Amino acid sequence: MTQYLLSVMQPVGPTPPVEILAAMAERLDVLNRDLQKAGSWVFSGGLHQPDTATVVRAKDGEIILTDGPFAEGKEFLGGFTIVDVADLDAALDVAGRLAEITTLPIEVRPFQG
Amino acid sequence: MDLALDIAQVFREEYGRSVAVLVRVFGDIDVAEEAVQEAFATAVERWPVAGPPPSPAGWIITTARNRAIDRLRREAAREDKQAQAVLLNAASFAPVEEGPVRDERLRLIFTCCHPSLAPAVRVALTLRLLGGLSTPEIARAFLVPEPTMAQRIVRAKAKIRDARIPYRVPREADLPDRLRAVLAVLYLIFNEGYTASSGSSLVRDDLCVEAIRLARLLVSLMPDEPEAIGLLALMLLIQARRPARATAGGDLVPLAEQDHTLWDPALIAEGRALVRRCLRRNQPGPYQIQAAINAVHTDPPTDWVQVLQLYDQLQVIAPSPVVTLHRAVALAEVAGPAAALATLADLELDGYHVFHVVRADLLRRLGRVDDAAAAYKRAIELTGNERERAYLRTQLDGLALS
Repeated sequence: MTQYLLSVMQPVGPTPPVEILAAMAERLDVLNRDLQKAGSWVFSGGLHQPDTATVVRAKDGEIILTDGPFAEGKEFLGGFTIVDVADLDAALDVAGRLAEITTLPIEVRPFQG
Repeated sequence: MDLALDIAQVFREEYGRSVAVLVRVFGDIDVAEEAVQEAFATAVERWPVAGPPPSPAGWIITTARNRAIDRLRREAAREDKQAQAVLLNAASFAPVEEGPVRDERLRLIFTCCHPSLAPAVRVALTLRLLGGLSTPEIARAFLVPEPTMAQRIVRAKAKIRDARIPYRVPREADLPDRLRAVLAVLYLIFNEGYTASSGSSLVRDDLCVEAIRLARLLVSLMPDEPEAIGLLALMLLIQARRPARATAGGDLVPLAEQDHTLWDPALIAEGRALVRRCLRRNQPGPYQIQAAINAVHTDPPTDWVQVLQLYDQLQVIAPSPVVTLHRAVALAEVAGPAAALATLADLELDGYHVFHVVRADLLRRLGRVDDAAAAYKRAIELTGNERERAYLRTQLDGLALS
């Protein structure tokens, strides 16, 4: 079995209206329950907007904090799911469902080891 | 018999088969490739002394497998986790000689043509692992620098390993999409075999035979896929004319001057029957149309109006500069060289030798001798195949006499 990180790539801009987000959340719950039943769910969660981020650096024995995301871009990590499945095809199937539900691109990356 | 030549031939014929079997055994492409290359290196040392074994392919597969297991055991003993995992995979797999080989190659083809790999990478990987082509040959076929191609292949193999692209024939629902990529790959292997991009032999017949064999396998696996049938028909009809394509001395003979009695009637009959079989389904696709064009060519004298109509249809379904180029050849026969030349004006095919061959011929027929000579020279520059270059030089020399 291999673990994959499925990242939801979210564009910068206004979020969809509440009722659409609620419907989305419901379908995501169904997906997560399906994954849990199949024993392939490891973790999943949505993230707050990137402006809630803090970047931490260690330099010359000091910890330096910076307000805001590490990199400003047109897209940011909106949320992610980690699955533990047999191979890339299985991970791509989950990513396909995730893409349909969120209407956003999903980046699939294998974990090391 | 020249044994070095013999081993080279076994290499070309059996490399893909051996790698496919060992990938199945070890579940790792690099382990499989290294082992097979090591086995061939051993063959180069041993066969000249002991003589070639009765079954060279079986010898290569067995030797490669044993060498890989020896090496992995040594590495596993040093607590190498990767080696331990690969050994475990090998242990769970019964020893393989030549039995289930057919499907091993098919599995590996679908892995090489996985949609998570870029199209150019799929083709390169299949040619490397199944076609047994060297990286320089593949680079030439794609008109890209050798280091670029080498990097592309290394990266692709790493992705298959790290992202765990599975070794299997895809499930029913995914097959049609996956098939399209496989067909493109097979046709490229065939073309590489038909006009080998380097070396002195005009045809590396083993590659053509390999592409046809894999296409047959695909058709048997997917009998309801007209494009698979179309591709097989296309290859057969081209292959059928192969014996007439070169003189006894190896010089190239153009289609119009070929001795039709040298064509292979069995391959033509099979190819035509397949064309009829897929036309009945009425789901035309690029390979079926090209097969139909070649069916017309195998019924001389060529009905150029029909060929042109088929190219018109092809240009609608699958427009590309190469289609426009080939259409120009038919157009020249129907409407004259001037009309044909006009359609080549905007094509961005300067790096493709066939473009210059077609232009040279049209310019020659229009009496533009200097322009034709320049085009032949450019074509000669771009052609890696020695026989083809010789033919083009003859054409170039012929210009001075006209």
